[in-house]
Amino acid sequence: MNRFARMWDSDIAWSFRNSPVAIVAAVIALTIVLGAVFAPWIAPYDPFNSASLNLMDGFTPPGEPNQFTGNTYLMGTDNQGRDIFSTILYGARISLFVGFSAVVFALVLGIGLGLLAGWRGGWVDSLIMRIADVQLSFPSILIALLIFGVARGFIPPSMREEVAIWVLIVSIGLSDWVQYARVVRGAAMVEKSKEYVQAARVIGVHPARIVLRHILPNVMGPVLVIATIGLALAIIAEATLSFLGVGVPPTQPSLGTLIRIGQQYLFSGEWWILLFPSIALLLLALSVNLLGDWLRDALNPRLR
Amino acid sequence: MADALLKIENLTRYFDISKPFLNRMLERDEKQFLTAVADVSFEIKRGETFALVGESGSGKSTIAKLVVGLLAASEGNIEFDGHKMTGTSGTEMRDLRRRFQMIFQDPFASLNPRWRVGDIIAEPIHTFGLLKGADVTNRVGELLDTVGLSAKDAEKFPHEFSGGQRQRIAIARALSSKPEFIVCDEPTSALDVSVQAQILNLMKDLQDEMGLTYLFISHDLSVVRHMANRIGVLYLGRLVEVADGKTLFSAPQHPYTQMLLDAVPDLALSGRRRKPVDGEIPNPINPPSGCAFHPRCPLAMDRCKVDAPHQVATETGYAACFALEAEAKAS
Repeated sequence: MNRFARMWDSDIAWSFRNSPVAIVAAVIALTIVLGAVFAPWIAPYDPFNSASLNLMDGFTPPGEPNQFTGNTYLMGTDNQGRDIFSTILYGARISLFVGFSAVVFALVLGIGLGLLAGWRGGWVDSLIMRIADVQLSFPSILIALLIFGVARGFIPPSMREEVAIWVLIVSIGLSDWVQYARVVRGAAMVEKSKEYVQAARVIGVHPARIVLRHILPNVMGPVLVIATIGLALAIIAEATLSFLGVGVPPTQPSLGTLIRIGQQYLFSGEWWILLFPSIALLLLALSVNLLGDWLRDALNPRLR
Repeated sequence: MADALLKIENLTRYFDISKPFLNRMLERDEKQFLTAVADVSFEIKRGETFALVGESGSGKSTIAKLVVGLLAASEGNIEFDGHKMTGTSGTEMRDLRRRFQMIFQDPFASLNPRWRVGDIIAEPIHTFGLLKGADVTNRVGELLDTVGLSAKDAEKFPHEFSGGQRQRIAIARALSSKPEFIVCDEPTSALDVSVQAQILNLMKDLQDEMGLTYLFISHDLSVVRHMANRIGVLYLGRLVEVADGKTLFSAPQHPYTQMLLDAVPDLALSGRRRKPVDGEIPNPINPPSGCAFHPRCPLAMDRCKVDAPHQVATETGYAACFALEAEAKAS
């Protein structure tokens, strides 16, 4: 209770309560996340179970009974008769899982290399940061595509379906570590020269321990803020790759896959297949991004 | 001098401040070095306080860092209780490290803001594996008590304390490995005058109680006068005068020492005429030839521009000055 009261009184909580944008964004993001996590219990149908699909249900408009089967769907169905609402819930699950895992992967890689560069300096620093610079000069979606393509070449076709999602995570993660590495390196160089690090060096604390126990906790703040914004970017990157048809397999549609399917039927009048997944993606990415922006401002004392 | 705890011989440290390799090749520049500490020798006896004074940029802090091993010496020797510090490593170095500690200038930067005070103070204990379990907590409580804080403060974070209290925490950390020798790098220059006195008295009391030896670095002569048994005056990385505390203040020999002492403000408003300190410390990348002090020296002779002066024995130490050498010969 005491702990909760302290949290409620903290600057962050105060800033949250006084930011309507943050509250709305948090509510939307939380709704989508909960919907995605509890999709098997909430969704009226299981879109991944191809046995339960009926092609006759295809192209049902939202809220109207199907002309052959008489079934009604809240947001209509797609070309294969999948309920759009259920597919959005399951798709958001995949999008969030891929986005979250990719950010965690990029964080581990970026923080590790950033700490190494900042702590060691010299040629180690130059090498890591030059690689980062080169990578930064290409659009990250291009790099993700490249890694994805190369990885698929190495994986036997029989395994492609199973590992596709992990390849996707690694591709997005590898295309995204640079920004974390840069922030961590800069912060680590500042912390390294502070006297508390020197105090630890005087008593001969092992360098790995200094980096992990002293420097890392002091550089995590700014990194977590960009990671929030990075999550929105990773979700969009996943959607983009799936839209281009190189992401998750079509049997497990993510939001991007749904949008790709939808755009094929937009001009033949089946607008709902495109519209609802797009709105879901927009709300998810926007709310996470707004939360990230708010967190950045709330944690930056100079902006208060 | 059998009792010397710390012995420093011909200590020299250069810093490579050249441009990066590629720029140097393209612009055809030579490598550039900055001499921060040049040929410094002194000894500190067990139980005494040796102070190093000098203006900003005179190499005080560099010497402190060299002594505790944060920087490696370019030339010269540092001997701690008969053990050479350069080239020592492994368990032997670990044993040596336990016996000396450092107190830093800025108590706001020297404590990790994310750690609880108890963990900060216990870090040397854990690193050297001195105590385990509940003994650590007890020892931390004892140490906090020793420096005038409460054992309960171990639960708090550094930002909950004032500057003076933080410096007490830093002192407690320095004491936790039961060292014999503490390097104090301007420990009071970031504090209010009233708090300065408290911290200095605490340090003196601790010295009497535990028989500590201090290397005390400061630019504040009144602080040094209060603390030091022996004083070394640094100018541009060179020791220009070493003398007992009292002697240095009553009969300064080197013209630079005289200039520094003249600049000390006194509250008595004695009305004595004082000479302001002329000029600034020269750029150590391009130090003046001969005696480094000659461009600012009121006694400068032609010889000072060419040769470096030798040490002339004084009452309680030595000074490096040609004017004194001439005087000594004449008498």
